[in-house]
Amino acid sequence: MKRLLIWLPLAIFLGFFALFASGLLKPDDRVITSKLVGKTLPAFSLPAAASDRPGLASTELATGKPRLLNIFASWCLPCAAEAPQLMALAQQGVNIDAIAIRDARADVDRFLARYGNPYARIGLDARSNVQIALGSSGVPESFVIDGKGRIVYQHVGDIRADDVPMILQRLKDAQ
Amino acid sequence: MRMLAALIAMLLSAPVLAQSALPPAPYANRQISDPAQERKAKALMETIRCLTCQSQSIADSDASLAGDMRSQIRERIMAGEEPEHIRAWLIERYGDWVSYEPTADPILWPLWGAPVLLIGLGLLVLRGRIRRKRS
Repeated sequence: MKRLLIWLPLAIFLGFFALFASGLLKPDDRVITSKLVGKTLPAFSLPAAASDRPGLASTELATGKPRLLNIFASWCLPCAAEAPQLMALAQQGVNIDAIAIRDARADVDRFLARYGNPYARIGLDARSNVQIALGSSGVPESFVIDGKGRIVYQHVGDIRADDVPMILQRLKDAQ
Repeated sequence: MRMLAALIAMLLSAPVLAQSALPPAPYANRQISDPAQERKAKALMETIRCLTCQSQSIADSDASLAGDMRSQIRERIMAGEEPEHIRAWLIERYGDWVSYEPTADPILWPLWGAPVLLIGLGLLVLRGRIRRKRS
């Protein structure tokens, strides 16, 4: 018994060593997903963020058809990188609405003139209130909303070219 | 030399993940005039995790989202909302992750149980030693 007990501290040390080593070697996962996926969108109503598009209210996202809700900002670089993919999705008939975070109308206009405008409606969330209510933790993020206004999928980060087929599939599944 | 120039250029360049140019929200960096309410808000903000700088609380973070969260929390406390209600509202959206306050979740039971277990073990060892001394 005593002989075995002598090895206990070493065993505990090795256990902790393995725990820390696996923690250090595992790739860092800093993605925070919204816990609202699967639930109905929180109610909100936002003023227009661009001069040629209306504002956005949560009721306008429950239209009986799936929609893509894009969270972006004119000051966000990955959002500019994502723009061509959103344009491609819009060209394939996807209804895309947006919420511009901490933005100003002149800046949004300039951003859309430069990178294209795939959006039907754009709401201005100047103090991130709706972003927080959605459980979104950064820009860009995209939510797939089904016809009843339920969030069925959240995409954290920019939509890359190879994500486009997956997003189209999610929209189709939401029908 | 070229390497050095590149390094200096990198140090001088603006941060790539630029933040919004808008001024901070009204109550992001301003205290509530009622000290009792500000105390409540501060206690809550110190235990809410920043979503951008993930090892800081929103009370410590300069990220614009943290500022917006501080302002929202202060405004809601001024409107009479209870801090724990706001915490529950945030957990509903971001999960337990967003709160630094430990919960009584089953996954944390070993954490709560460990001190009791260790004290019990210590008492057993102590009893054994005392008995041996006496005999």
